[in-house]
Amino acid sequence: MWSLPLRAAILSVLLLAVLLGAWELAVQAPGAGARVPGPSKLFAHAVQELSHPFYDAGPNDKGIGIQLAYSIGRVLAGYSLAALLAIPIGFVIGMSPMWQRALDPYIQVLKPISPLAWMPLALYVIKDSGASSIFVIFICSIWPMLINTAFGVASVRRDYINVARTHELSRFETATQVILPAAAPTILTGMRISIGISWLVIVAAEMLVGGTGIGYYVWNEWNNLNLASVIFSILMIGVIGMLLDLLLARAQRLVQYAD
Amino acid sequence: MTDSFLKVENLARRYPGSKDGEALTVFDQVNFAIRKGEFVCIIGHSGCGKSTILNVLAGLDQASDGAVIMDGREVAGPSLDRGVIFQNHSLLPWKSALKNITFAVQARWPQWSKMQVLEHARRYLGLVGLKGAEDRKPAQLSGGMRQRVGIARAFAIQPKLLLMDEPFGALDALTRGMIQEELIRIWEQTHQTVFMITHDVDEAILLADRVLLMTNGPQARVAESVLIDLPRPRERSTIIHQPGYYAIRNHLVDFLVRRSKELAGGARGPGAEASAHPREVNPIALAAGRQPVDRVQAN
Ligand SMILES: Nc1ncnc2c1ncn2[C@@H]1O[C@H](COP(=O)(O)OP(=O)(O)O)[C@@H](O)[C@H]1O
Ligand SMILES: [Mg+2]
Repeated sequence: MWSLPLRAAILSVLLLAVLLGAWELAVQAPGAGARVPGPSKLFAHAVQELSHPFYDAGPNDKGIGIQLAYSIGRVLAGYSLAALLAIPIGFVIGMSPMWQRALDPYIQVLKPISPLAWMPLALYVIKDSGASSIFVIFICSIWPMLINTAFGVASVRRDYINVARTHELSRFETATQVILPAAAPTILTGMRISIGISWLVIVAAEMLVGGTGIGYYVWNEWNNLNLASVIFSILMIGVIGMLLDLLLARAQRLVQYAD
Repeated sequence: MTDSFLKVENLARRYPGSKDGEALTVFDQVNFAIRKGEFVCIIGHSGCGKSTILNVLAGLDQASDGAVIMDGREVAGPSLDRGVIFQNHSLLPWKSALKNITFAVQARWPQWSKMQVLEHARRYLGLVGLKGAEDRKPAQLSGGMRQRVGIARAFAIQPKLLLMDEPFGALDALTRGMIQEELIRIWEQTHQTVFMITHDVDEAILLADRVLLMTNGPQARVAESVLIDLPRPRERSTIIHQPGYYAIRNHLVDFLVRRSKELAGGARGPGAEASAHPREVNPIALAAGRQPVDRVQAN
């Protein structure tokens, strides 16, 4: 009897084979107005793209590696800025019921706004499409981090706070030595949600403003009717999104504790 | 009692009434004192306010009335001079057993070197028999081991007063017995002043120099201060054969099942109406007919 993970892996591979097989057959079937390339064509394209991902032949012809790097860079910039702001503010909200009440109306109104709705305003004020995309990432990734940090800090067990108090820890020591580690798993959950949303939003933002980035690249390839490239890019977006999530999941495991 | 190290004077705790406007007095006119090096247990029915009193002593909670004076100074907030052991261990779950103690030691003596802190923490962890479990997180320890780490942490900072709120309440009888004996052993070495809540009469007799008895709430009071005049060092297996053990035990149990109710609502026993101070009782002398029943504790 094989182990469960092994059987699951075999099933995964089988599913892939069936799916790719069906796709290839559908594409090559006579009479099908097949514009969508099949797996074999796609594979050839992927090999070609990945053999020199960072080539740069002018503004409209860059390798997929460069485009992804642009997008990742923007996501990380906007996301880091958001974390830098959201985590301290979330701390304050979580520790102070007054601040929580005072800021709640703003959060409730700003949170449901689609990040792309900010784009025209950002473009007008910032006047730079790259920076505007970073701003949009910033605004969309701030809320999960803010809300999770506030929630995590507010729900630190009374016992732990009492331990800090009976050991005469200063406010700063209490925040860094007790509240932060106690709330870290919840904060990391917020950070993980945020990075996921950021990666969703950057594609749309770059489609909107153009220039560089994977979102722009997909749109551009669509305009060129290069469907193999479009599908390949979609796959790459998925892979990078998965890697970003994996990274945060790793970090989350580092701060996780059993109660 | 002129050499009182800790004095609790007219302590009261009230909660503003709900809809009907009647304020709830959990306890009032609570008076007692503890000498340096004394081990004092307090017993009373659930809800009479024992934990509230302990938290006020710790500085974690505030009384509605009255004062707590330790070493000539009024208690106004938490301090490293008062160590606390809670029922649910309250270790920091992300820290190892050893780190839970070094963290406290560092807070107590910030000027100590890392080596000093580590050595001190290791010594106390060894004292509760946890050598080898140093790197384990609380979740990887049994309930008894967790409580041991809590005890080691509290003793390690060498507080002037150690407060324990039903520290063994969540443990099975076997584990509880073992930790009680460990506690006796450490206490014999340190003669730490202790104030401990328990609901276990036998535990109180085993550990305490004196047992405070609380009447039922609302308006609970400390009605009696019962002297446990049994020789030390005590052992679980032999203490029940001590002459006087059952005189004490019967007195405590009788209080819990009968008099705690009769005296509830602020009523006082005979001869004690004039004073809000607990009646001092020595059940052994009482059984031998040596002590007048109505002697009142002089403060
Ligand atoms: N917020 C509150 N409002 C009204 N009564 C309360 C409140 N908090 C606690 N109490 C009452 O205070 C009493 C004392 O509780 P506690 O000190 O935990 O008792 P014990 O430790 O002796 O079991 C309880 O009877 C409880 O009902
Ligand atoms: Mg209690």
